[in-house]
Amino acid sequence: MIEVIIRVLGVVVAFLTLPLLVGQAEHKVMAHMQGRLGPMYAGAFHGWAQLIADGVKFVQKEDVTPADADRPVFRIAPVIALVPYLVALLFIPLGPRDWLVGQPIDIGLFVVLAVVGVGVVAVLMAAWSSANKYSLLGGLRAAAQLLGYELPFVLAAASVAMAAGTLSLPGIVAAWRPWWLLWQLPAMLVFFVAGLAEIRRPPFDMPIADSELVFGYMTEYTGLRFAFFLLAEYVGIVVISALTAVLFLGGWKGPLDGQLGWLWTLVKTFAVSFVVIWVRVSYPRLREDQLQRLCWLVLVPVSLGQLVLTAAVRVLA
Amino acid sequence: MHPVIPYLTAAALFGLGVYGVLVRRNAVLLLMSVELMLNAVNLILITSDATVRAELPASGQVFALFVIVLAAAEVGVGLALILALYRLRASVAVDRIPLSERAPVTDGIPVQRRPSGATLPVRDEVDL
Amino acid sequence: MTAADVLLLALGAIAVGAGWRVVITSHLVRAGLWLVVTLGAVAGAYLVLAAELVAWVQVLLYVGAVVVLLLFAVMLTRAPIGASSDLDRPGWTGLLVGGGAALGLGALLLDGYRWQKVDAPAVGSAQLLGGEVFRHWVLPFEVLSVLLLAALIGAIVVSRPAPGDDSGSR
Repeated sequence: MIEVIIRVLGVVVAFLTLPLLVGQAEHKVMAHMQGRLGPMYAGAFHGWAQLIADGVKFVQKEDVTPADADRPVFRIAPVIALVPYLVALLFIPLGPRDWLVGQPIDIGLFVVLAVVGVGVVAVLMAAWSSANKYSLLGGLRAAAQLLGYELPFVLAAASVAMAAGTLSLPGIVAAWRPWWLLWQLPAMLVFFVAGLAEIRRPPFDMPIADSELVFGYMTEYTGLRFAFFLLAEYVGIVVISALTAVLFLGGWKGPLDGQLGWLWTLVKTFAVSFVVIWVRVSYPRLREDQLQRLCWLVLVPVSLGQLVLTAAVRVLA
Repeated sequence: MHPVIPYLTAAALFGLGVYGVLVRRNAVLLLMSVELMLNAVNLILITSDATVRAELPASGQVFALFVIVLAAAEVGVGLALILALYRLRASVAVDRIPLSERAPVTDGIPVQRRPSGATLPVRDEVDL
Repeated sequence: MTAADVLLLALGAIAVGAGWRVVITSHLVRAGLWLVVTLGAVAGAYLVLAAELVAWVQVLLYVGAVVVLLLFAVMLTRAPIGASSDLDRPGWTGLLVGGGAALGLGALLLDGYRWQKVDAPAVGSAQLLGGEVFRHWVLPFEVLSVLLLAALIGAIVVSRPAPGDDSGSR
């Protein structure tokens, strides 16, 4: 019992710190890529406390619920947005040993994919209950986008599971070999792109699209509830990056992985998060039809092709 | 473990589903009630899988998986039909569907009900 | 009463309570949200009954896809916020038939099992289930995939605007 509590506590701590690190990194990395300095004052040294200051600001703001909104649904939606990612973090292994994963289970990959898919319910709740047409449009876009990208996302993950012959996340890392980087490369690209779309990061942020829809399904949110949505976005980055690292980049594998395995997982996770930020700075937002076209005409066929390739190599080798 | 608990839950869920199918007029709510019934059946399958030692192991779970797949297919087609109906008649009340093919389309397309609160723009401007 | 019993009882109560809200609420979208609660509670019951894989398939397919499609359809057919008055027919037949079905089924199962005790089953692994599907149930599996393909094509055909009718293509 105590062991379970410690594990859950550890995951909660990771849940509260890693997104902040990613968020701060986003501030600074984006700024430097655009030739700015970014936050410099909060906390005196290169603005390290900027996100804490942001958090304090969010807590102080008034919590507004629109008069026409469906109150209970509107108020609970941000919480529902956070929960799936918290649950997903429970199953992602940091290292080979048992105590480095929140809950080791046999079908971890499947569970993570299942709970990440639940996030869309929260988006629909927020969109519909806000009683705002921009919110509703954003929600409908999000639903169409998430349903579509779920398919290549799951297919790409299935390819690795098939290559490793197991659904357990530690099992997949244990079976991973460096040449898989080449063999599973299409699946990795598909998984990463579909993952970006799943967490609605630019260039896949049509549901938010501030130049068209004000702020999409988050238009009516203020204060702490808005902060919850933001936090969900950053936890989403952590989850998608960690999954990419564990499934395709060999997780804890690396020099000295007997002692420093957990460090390798974290380093790879942050490297992928850096790419997520980089992509945001580099690419303009896709148009809605381009988004669906990319999903159905590029990602799905590529992931199906990868499945065939994986099966062929498994059968022949 | 007393299997009678999930069995009775399943019975209650099935009854609720039947009630919903018979009482609801909105086609989407009808589909939701059907999902309740399918879930009741699945719960019975899973419980009996845990209770009865069958000749083949885990066949109850296999059947539950099949039912879930069927449900997904059913919802896909069902919703396509409902949206087609809505496009045609701007309403999804199942007891207003004319059963004969020749029935005149009176309360047809241009009706734009304006619900309170969340309104979409007129359909032709909807741009997902 | 063991821990499993208590869990099953609680989850069953949640499932039935939320299911009750699904069929009586007059808020269209909330019916879909209550359905999520029901499905989640039923998935929890699967977990207690040691059907781990089925539970997570339920979450992935039902909560992640089916319910989202349903909510999507509710919103596309202009669900209002707040109660709608025209969702129900008079419910006597429904009450009679639905109550009859629940009572009959419940009596049958109650008579069959009484307060019988069964050892909690071992947790079924995905491997075992996969083996079963491809050893003994291959034909139904293949038939299902054909059915899925048929459903896919059917849905596309139904949702395409008829030729010559440009109301859907604008």
